[in-house]
Amino acid sequence: MTPSPPKGMTPLARREARLAWGLLAPTLISVAAVVVLPLLAVFWISFKPIGLADLRPPQVLIRESLRDRDGALTVEYRLRNSSQDVEIRNVVLTDTLPEGVRVAGALPGPCHLNDAGLICSFDSVPGGFRDRLRFAVEADDPEHAEELVELSEPQIRGTAPNVLTNLTFTTENFRKVFDGGQFLNVLGVTLFYTIFGTVGALVVGLMAALLLNKSFKGQGILRGLYLFPYVAPIIAVAFSWLILFDPFSGSANALLIQMGVTEEAINFFGEKPLALIMVTVFEIWRYFPLSFLFILARMQSIDSEMYEAADMDGASPFQKFWYLSLPQLLGILSVLFLLRFIWTFNKFDDIFLLTGGNAGTRTLTVDVYEQAFAISNIGAGAAVAVVIFLCLLLFSVFFFRVMSREEGL
Amino acid sequence: MKLFYWGWLTGAILGALWMLTVATTIAVVMSFATGEAFRPQLWYCTLWGLVFGRPYDRPRSLLINVPLFAAVMGYFSNYQIGSLAFDADIFSPSAILSILTLSLAFLGGMRIIYGDLPSGPLTRHEFEDAVIRFLTGFGYIFFTAIVAIPFYVMVMTSLKNQQQLVANPLDFSLDLSQGWGLFRSYVELFRDFNFGTYLLNSLIISVLTVVITLAFSIPGAYAVARLRFKGQALFSRSILLIYMVPIIVLALPIYIAFSMTGLRNTFVGILLIYPVTTIPVALYMLQGYFRGLPYEVEEAGLMDGLSRLAVIWKITLPLALPALASVSLYVFMIAWNEFLLAFMLLDDPSKFTLTRGISSLNSSEIPRQHLMAGSVVATVPIMALFLGLERFMTKGLTAGSVKG
Repeated sequence: MTPSPPKGMTPLARREARLAWGLLAPTLISVAAVVVLPLLAVFWISFKPIGLADLRPPQVLIRESLRDRDGALTVEYRLRNSSQDVEIRNVVLTDTLPEGVRVAGALPGPCHLNDAGLICSFDSVPGGFRDRLRFAVEADDPEHAEELVELSEPQIRGTAPNVLTNLTFTTENFRKVFDGGQFLNVLGVTLFYTIFGTVGALVVGLMAALLLNKSFKGQGILRGLYLFPYVAPIIAVAFSWLILFDPFSGSANALLIQMGVTEEAINFFGEKPLALIMVTVFEIWRYFPLSFLFILARMQSIDSEMYEAADMDGASPFQKFWYLSLPQLLGILSVLFLLRFIWTFNKFDDIFLLTGGNAGTRTLTVDVYEQAFAISNIGAGAAVAVVIFLCLLLFSVFFFRVMSREEGL
Repeated sequence: MKLFYWGWLTGAILGALWMLTVATTIAVVMSFATGEAFRPQLWYCTLWGLVFGRPYDRPRSLLINVPLFAAVMGYFSNYQIGSLAFDADIFSPSAILSILTLSLAFLGGMRIIYGDLPSGPLTRHEFEDAVIRFLTGFGYIFFTAIVAIPFYVMVMTSLKNQQQLVANPLDFSLDLSQGWGLFRSYVELFRDFNFGTYLLNSLIISVLTVVITLAFSIPGAYAVARLRFKGQALFSRSILLIYMVPIIVLALPIYIAFSMTGLRNTFVGILLIYPVTTIPVALYMLQGYFRGLPYEVEEAGLMDGLSRLAVIWKITLPLALPALASVSLYVFMIAWNEFLLAFMLLDDPSKFTLTRGISSLNSSEIPRQHLMAGSVVATVPIMALFLGLERFMTKGLTAGSVKG
């Protein structure tokens, strides 16, 4: 018998794999629950005719009261369908009559008594339905009858069609999203914001990195300072910018007027082309630190011998930058470009806080919010979200091509 | 290009540009500091720069030059350069101060920019060196200004009151005689607007997010880094994909689900979501670090009879403490700064986090020094953490997405 390498997995390897999956399980489960499930839900909802109001399923609201008219006691149930147009089926009302209270007259049509108490059933309660059920009762102790009757809460059940889970689908949401010139407009704004925001942050970050790529006293302090915009809470810096550039009492306008740059105050975040430029500038300002940090880290790992050799050959500073540094940085720059591109594309908070999507700054992500919550059409919001997701899928295919080449992942 | 390789020409142009930079900077600084009107006179500045910017073969000491230059400039400028107040007089302290600073910054800066630049013909090397030194100086001023100004405005606005702000939006000088009265907005925030609760909520949520994230990502990262199993490569590659799903896309179904299950307005709901947004990146950062640790130590542990979990607990984690610190800081920062989910999922003021609390201050009825004071309250803790542990933080930020 000739010895041969073991086929398949050895028991040890199997145990290792099992342990690995065990260790990964919490992450996988939580990610599946919070990321994958909602993503699938978005697809589902985008084909649903659903508004913000449909989130609460329609139900029959009920109020019980006991009236005392000259010693004649009447129990009254007031019923109302919470929805104006959705029918609720198989509605059953149950209530117990307390001890010492008895039904005295005829019960209204849909009701009858049994051991447990009162049962009223309706086959169907149409939208906008309102009704009162009244019947006379007699009580041993009329003084406290009201308390007694109202002590037992009436129970009501019914089945209403749930827009979220039933099988009615519509493509209306997508039609609404793509119809009209608005979608192209939104797409254009998104692309402008994403491309210029990304490139701007990279270029500014590169400049900052060049500036700090030498050791001197205070380099650490400056580096820390230049990271501030990224580290501070978005809401704090966004509001600072709003107040700084306020058209009525902002310092920036006061400064510009005083320096004679402009005659009257500029409405930075309220005018059409300017607002988009301003939110892009804000994006650059807030995220240049990130690219600055990565580029600086890469720069400091470049071999200094190369520069010494270049010096010997008489290369000028610009030549050294162009022919030595830049090619070395190309890898990190392309990775950063793709990462930042995707993140800028996804960005919501910045524009939402600065302009709320007004004045020609509505990007796709802001559109999701506007459709779902401002116009209360959740289906349309989900449709936009699907569009975003498909774009991202496209980007990430591209991203992984480049990423694997640059990083050897 | 050859044309510019003359010391006097390069010097004059750089001089003019430097003069413009310095004059604008000082005008902005003085405006922000005093609230008076300072306006740089661009044409005069260009002229002064052109005339005095050229390099000298035998420069005199700054001690003599600066007052001389300031005097000449003050005399000729007819108070146009340093301070052009509508009626400010040249002998006001701020005008004298700004003229002197301007002279010092201009001459001193030029001295550095030129180095040993000759006034005659230049080599390409000398020319580019001078240009780069100018650009460096300009860069420091530019970057420091754009980063510092919004934060300066934030802090100063929070210390003022409504009338002062409307009367002169540029006036950020502080009336120190008020003493503690300066911090009126902060006192009101904590007394009338419940900011103490928000601060505590934010702290609890952020710390719990860090703990949960670590508890989930440490075993996961170890598995990806050390254990062999099918799909390992695919896994380590796709983990970052999750980071690319926009929160707003997830927020919509989460909002719906939470509305239906009553998880809105609860810490539990928030704590279900926050860690998941940070687990992928934490896992990615940690697995990179675990790979860099020597495997031999762990093998020795295994040989000596420790189980895998004991190895992780007793060997890997103590070795990875710096990485854990970085990851924790980074995750803390994300959770502390998170706005969108808090905004959508929290409506009950007793459950507000700081960011949600600040956004509730953004109404026309609440004066904006309160808004800015709230912003400062949210910014200061994260800045303090960041500055105190800058080394870990920078490492965390860089490891967050790219190796080496």
